[in-house]
Amino acid sequence: MNLDSLHAEADQIITRYPASKRSASLPLLHLVQEKLGYISDPAIEWVAAKLGLQPVNIFELVTFYPMFHRKPIGKNHIKVCRTLSCALNGGQALCEHFQKKLGVGLEETTKDGKFTVSYVECIASCGTAPVLMINDDFYENVSREKADELIRKYGQS
Amino acid sequence: MAKERRIILKHIDQPGYAPDIACYKKHGGYEELKKAIRMEPGKIVDEVKTSGLRGRGGAGFPCGVKWGFITPNNPKPVYLICNADESEPGTFKDRQIIYKDPHQLLEGMIISCFAVQAKLAYIYIRGEFPEGARILEKAIAEAQAAGFLGKNILGSGFDLETVVHRGAGAYICGEETGLIESLEGKRPYPRIKPPYFPVVLGLYQCPTVVNNVETLCNIKHIIAMGGAAYAKIGTPNNTGTRILCVSGHVNKPGYYEFEVGSLTLGELINDVCGGICGGRKLKAIIPGGSSAKVLRADERFKIKQKQPDGSMANRELGVLDIPLDFDTLAATGSMAGSGGIIVMDDSTDMVRALANINEFYAHESCGQCTPCREGSLWMKKITRRMLGGGGRKEDTSLLKNIADNIAGRTICAFGEACAWPTQSFVEKFRDEFEAKAAKN
Repeated sequence: MNLDSLHAEADQIITRYPASKRSASLPLLHLVQEKLGYISDPAIEWVAAKLGLQPVNIFELVTFYPMFHRKPIGKNHIKVCRTLSCALNGGQALCEHFQKKLGVGLEETTKDGKFTVSYVECIASCGTAPVLMINDDFYENVSREKADELIRKYGQS
Repeated sequence: MAKERRIILKHIDQPGYAPDIACYKKHGGYEELKKAIRMEPGKIVDEVKTSGLRGRGGAGFPCGVKWGFITPNNPKPVYLICNADESEPGTFKDRQIIYKDPHQLLEGMIISCFAVQAKLAYIYIRGEFPEGARILEKAIAEAQAAGFLGKNILGSGFDLETVVHRGAGAYICGEETGLIESLEGKRPYPRIKPPYFPVVLGLYQCPTVVNNVETLCNIKHIIAMGGAAYAKIGTPNNTGTRILCVSGHVNKPGYYEFEVGSLTLGELINDVCGGICGGRKLKAIIPGGSSAKVLRADERFKIKQKQPDGSMANRELGVLDIPLDFDTLAATGSMAGSGGIIVMDDSTDMVRALANINEFYAHESCGQCTPCREGSLWMKKITRRMLGGGGRKEDTSLLKNIADNIAGRTICAFGEACAWPTQSFVEKFRDEFEAKAAKN
């Protein structure tokens, strides 16, 4: 997968913003990250060129929005909610459990490249705390047993 | 005690209820659009004004009044943006609507767009709802195929395009002018006010209506029952229903829909949510998302309350007696905010809880205004060092001093949002803070 294979999809996205191409910045960054896994320097230049902008206009977005990665991360990104309602219900212990089981620290990737563990801020499901996301998938009321099961499940892929 | 009254959540979680258009239509979906599209747009705005509907995003601003700010005969196009960037800690209501009943939102949006004559609408959905974005995109395609969206909707001559736009993890995009900057492809730095409302100058410098998901859903029901009938739900000036999200230390956390003001905090926590977990005692409640000032379980308030006959009377209320409406919560010095209620029991370390909140705001400050950028970081550092045993004697006062110098000194309400937790926690649980600070 390389950037040039994304032209058609990018052009289609741009049509959703008839008043200003620049509005397509975030959607194009999502597209690039989805296909390539992270946002490299050439990707920044590619998105900027696509929208008739300077690379810095895109670079400042990538560094601002927490969802974009500047470096490759693990195949499966475990994102545990850190915020209050989850913290009141064991969110921190859950995140530490993942780190211990996988033998990594926060924002670190396992040696086999399969997992990265992160904290994220409130993902809007406080009534079913503690919650987390793995890639695009959402999990709620996550016990340690369920956490172990998720590691097994995603570890196979 | 008042029973739940599900208007917005009516079908959500019903067995067999699916997010597709066939199911929605089978349950009477899009009938209100058929009715509204034959009305004068101005008449719809009037109905919404009559309904008294206040915004469900956090500020509680009257929706019809906001719409009324659009100047007629403006040559610029009008845009409508649905704020689906639900990120206020403690709030998880919009998620239910988006994932389980997306067509209700679309129908409310289409009617609203017709009322304000917007031909292009964006749904700004938070980046962490990827599945929600896909569900909405599918719903839009279905609505288009059925003639409810696109060109010449239901033969009315009205055209509307709707686009789903994903955010990328920044809380500040919930602030409506930050959201607009983000949608323009820039860093989401909130705009300097005035103009106070994007309705005056919004997306691409055009008049732009920004409404929350739950607010837009209400529009459909206002059309169904008429503004005057809707205004009878709830209490005067606090009309309609409200989705309340309860989390933290209760036995049955979750989302519940009640007429505004029809039950008290105590009834919600003890009767609806089954009381505090493990037989422990209530210690504190954050009543409107983590930005709202915390309430201590034993606090009492003297507030003026409007009586049914219109006269004002003084009433003394305990925390659990507070009716859940906009005005009473504002009178206690806190706010109804986004409807996210976080309950803490007596095992909660309040310094730790505030440290958690401060980490959030320090992470989410956009960095545009110095008091907020620096202040939120310092509040985080201080509460963190208090937890780590490195607290200093002056830390309690220092925390309050920093918070006092943020609120009111920033471009957007994030300044207040990050100052209010620290101000209220330190004021109401001063002993705990001083004990932690002195431990060093």
